[in-house]
Amino acid sequence: MSDRVKFSNVKKRAAKDKIVFGLVCLFSFLAMIPLFLIIWEVVSKGYKNFNWRLFTQVAPSSMDALLAKMSGEPIPGGILNGITGTILIVGMAVLFTIPLGLFVGIYLSEHPENKFARTVSYLTDLLQGMPSIVIGIIAYIWVVKPLRSYSALAGSVALTIMMLPMVVRSTEETLKMLPRTLKESGLALGASYTSVVFRVILPSGFGGIFTGILLAVSRVMGETAPLMLTALGAAVVNWNILKPTSAIPLLIWDFYNDPNLVDIIWSASLLLLIVIFLLNWIAKIVARRWKI
Amino acid sequence: MKDKIFKGLLFAAALAILLLTAGVIYVLVKQSLDVFHEYGVFGFIFNAEWDPRPETEEYGAWSFIIGTLFTAFFALLLCIPFSLPVALFNGEYFKGYKISSFVSSVVDLLAGIPSIVYGLWGFYTLRPIVIQLGVNAQGFGIFLASIVLAVMIIPYASSLSAEFLSMIPDTVKEGAYSLGATRAETIRHVSLPMASSGIVAAYILALGRALGETMAVTMLIGNTTNVPTSLRDTGNTMASVIANQFGEADGLKLSALIGIGLLLFLITAVINLIAKFIMKKLSVR
Repeated sequence: MSDRVKFSNVKKRAAKDKIVFGLVCLFSFLAMIPLFLIIWEVVSKGYKNFNWRLFTQVAPSSMDALLAKMSGEPIPGGILNGITGTILIVGMAVLFTIPLGLFVGIYLSEHPENKFARTVSYLTDLLQGMPSIVIGIIAYIWVVKPLRSYSALAGSVALTIMMLPMVVRSTEETLKMLPRTLKESGLALGASYTSVVFRVILPSGFGGIFTGILLAVSRVMGETAPLMLTALGAAVVNWNILKPTSAIPLLIWDFYNDPNLVDIIWSASLLLLIVIFLLNWIAKIVARRWKI
Repeated sequence: MKDKIFKGLLFAAALAILLLTAGVIYVLVKQSLDVFHEYGVFGFIFNAEWDPRPETEEYGAWSFIIGTLFTAFFALLLCIPFSLPVALFNGEYFKGYKISSFVSSVVDLLAGIPSIVYGLWGFYTLRPIVIQLGVNAQGFGIFLASIVLAVMIIPYASSLSAEFLSMIPDTVKEGAYSLGATRAETIRHVSLPMASSGIVAAYILALGRALGETMAVTMLIGNTTNVPTSLRDTGNTMASVIANQFGEADGLKLSALIGIGLLLFLITAVINLIAKFIMKKLSVR
């Protein structure tokens, strides 16, 4: 018999089988531990400062925090400037991404054999693998340099480049799963191509497309590196898209670098994690409810 | 008429992807021309000197390239003993069971945690442990950064591997069982070899993630300019040096940092294309 599979000792082989199974279970279990450790750390350290102030006040200056610390009081201030900044930057990025991402996704799903479409598909993969810091450099050169100022707009451009390939892929894959007959019967009824896309194809694929958008948003929500090169950060609430703007992850980075502000780092992280996990959870429900 | 405009719009959107990619490569090359002009392409890549002081200004990418490859490959090595069991758990042993969807959602949530939160976890929780282990005095360095990176890429490696494992037809495995093979033997001699190229593709993609990871590494690697030679060393990766020094950079330094960005982009692009190529071949078959 071959030396690769030994049939000699049945008991030994059965024991080995059990051991492998045990190890697989054990290491799978171990792989889940970091998630719980991280959640535990963020929750246990962050819940104390997780209050109204977090949502209603801007981040304190290092000096104020130091004074409060010396007199034994909790650090004043919150992360309002980060929350509004994240809403502004991510919101704009979503507005840029959705029309472009949907259109490219529709194009790719409609022309699977076309050479141009295949090239675009490859490039989408390429963009998807692009490191976020490189995307930051691109947005810096494209937006920050010509406008001569760091801005929320530049941050949105960076996040748009990150989200675009994810939305394109999920749209394309969802639409490819739709039966061809759906589109054909629409056309056979005399509907125009445009109305078939908007009234039949997109609504049928709604679940998958919407899930893709939610997951893309949850992915860019916590992005820090590209925003450091583009939005920079600001100490006040800013709604002007051409001015430097803060964001929750940028504030976490600031707090990390300032020993006086360390106490609110965890509540800011807690808020970020809650929002991201909520988006993931909603995405899962949408995917299940509107399954094709 | 309306249809024509709409189809034109769809085409224009696809064209925008093409222009976007072309624009990305164009600006990266154009803005880094200065540094490649100054030192030559290989002179820039293989020079380990990085000295921004005006009198002795000199820029080379070598120490960051080594730092990047070192952390990424070590992280990949560390992640295998955890991601492979997770893949087997979800794609083989408990395929289709409720417990597997629980385990895979938990592991997938790891991919949702922002890089900067991983950095905090590494700094506040793992760094004291690394100091206790006596790896080095401050805790920062290749070792710490790689551990955190390994955790970060587990979901990427395991979920794709599980998918390829679960695609193996039951009849093939049943063939092995009928010949008297145990489950472990079937995995070793049937499932893993059959899914091997898919699993390799999954790990290549995970490697691509590790290469480009920025914030967590920046917070943990120590940010020193030297060629790291052991796990105890501190260092810098290509991404972390950009994150650290881009803010105050101008002139030749800015160009050098963008040059590093270009190199990083090329490395990850090649890695990703190899992985996608393997997977395309698989899906054709």
